[in-house]
Amino acid sequence: MKGLKNILMVLSVVLAFQSCNFNKKSTVSSAEVYQCPMQCEGDKTYEKPGSCPVCNMAMQAIEKPSEKKSDDGISETSIFNLTSAWHTEEDEAIQLEDLKGKTLVMVMIYTSCKAACPRLVADMRHIEEQIPKENIKDLNFVLVSIDPKTDTPERLKAFAKENLMDGDQWTFLQGTESGVREFANVLAMKYKQISPIDFSHSNIISVFNPKGELIHQQEGLGVDNKETVAVILNLTTK
Amino acid sequence: MKNQAFRLIFVLLVFRTTLLAQSGGMVSIQGSRYIPLYGRDSTVVEVRDFDMDVYPVTNAEYVDFVKKYPKWQKSNVIKLFADDSYLANWKNDLELKNSEKPNSPVTYVSWFAAKDYCECEGKRLPTVDEWEYAAMADETTKDARVKPSYNEQILAWYEAPRSNENTIGKHPENVWGVHDLHGLVWEWTLDFNSVLITGESRKDVDKDSNLFCGSAAVNATDLMNYAAFMRYAIRGSLKAKYSMKNLGFRCVKDKNEL
Repeated sequence: MKGLKNILMVLSVVLAFQSCNFNKKSTVSSAEVYQCPMQCEGDKTYEKPGSCPVCNMAMQAIEKPSEKKSDDGISETSIFNLTSAWHTEEDEAIQLEDLKGKTLVMVMIYTSCKAACPRLVADMRHIEEQIPKENIKDLNFVLVSIDPKTDTPERLKAFAKENLMDGDQWTFLQGTESGVREFANVLAMKYKQISPIDFSHSNIISVFNPKGELIHQQEGLGVDNKETVAVILNLTTK
Repeated sequence: MKNQAFRLIFVLLVFRTTLLAQSGGMVSIQGSRYIPLYGRDSTVVEVRDFDMDVYPVTNAEYVDFVKKYPKWQKSNVIKLFADDSYLANWKNDLELKNSEKPNSPVTYVSWFAAKDYCECEGKRLPTVDEWEYAAMADETTKDARVKPSYNEQILAWYEAPRSNENTIGKHPENVWGVHDLHGLVWEWTLDFNSVLITGESRKDVDKDSNLFCGSAAVNATDLMNYAAFMRYAIRGSLKAKYSMKNLGFRCVKDKNEL
């Protein structure tokens, strides 16, 4: 009897709290601060009300400029706001935020692709070849699969070896169908499964700074990547 | 013992209400194979059985949503997920402007917001194929695309201005029991970014695509379905963080999961 009651309690609690993940990263600090109405001291603000030390006028409450930055320094436009789950080619479970700290060069492909992807992959390698050794360590080249059903971590690993992209600077990601769709939308990348084995997709290489903000996108196949390389060098040279 | 039985019934009743509440306002759509304007290689796509919201999500429902999930309030939403016009017809975080009606469809919402709304309800956005499948029905037939009256009616709506300010349920239900697929607002779909017919696609999309600008028109299966052309063109031009005046959404749910 007691046991049943406990079970029911647990069930109802579970039901009551059933809701989707909450993204904690976007809370706004809307605390008020105080400032001299004449702005004698420029933009200086005080935590408590009082009078201005220069002109003696009563200070006014103003709203803190809304900073939507989270505590760990992820900005509003950062892809690290995405909370989807991914697997690397080494079968590690990660979130995009785990890629923080390095400049990211990202592209979306699928390994069974015969037409554009090999050229996209070649474009990525070509970009990588133009980056000096000392900059490589601050870089992560990320290839995201748009075919998460087929492209398992094992398959991605095999693809990496086959294409001589097994170094530390290369990362391959398998997501969930919805996670991939969401990520593609962040890149404004379009794709559609046109047959069980083939996808049609946009060819975009995107560069993100270490904070996950989109800096540059290169569209098209085999295009001149001078600009992309320049952006990467600029981001990785201190 | 009696007491125990009573408790059990009580709990079952509670459960039942939650279940009903979740599937409340949905109707069952019986899947089938059909030929959409733009399909896969084989042109025929298969749609499985699913449940669909009878009405688009309303302003009032969205108010409840942002109360529960503050991260989707106008001042909290992050730029990655919505552009500046997100909820542009709201007075503040929790209230609509006085001119807006609570039972008008919610608009000025981004794809990310719409997707999260549905997921929080235990539902999802419909795919393009599912939406088009449900929307090709009229009041009496499942596939009314051959009827001239079907197209005329939709196009008449496309010409009517400010239809987003109307309220839900004014248009007759279609054969599935779904209201307002046409006549009120455009609606987000889960995989709207699978439509590769933007001008942009000429340069950066895989050359093998049969969804090319030029070849798209040739490959489209029904050259008379102007209304569908317009819908696909709109989808092709959208980005997920766009929030538009005449773009709302509704949710669907897969069958056979409680």
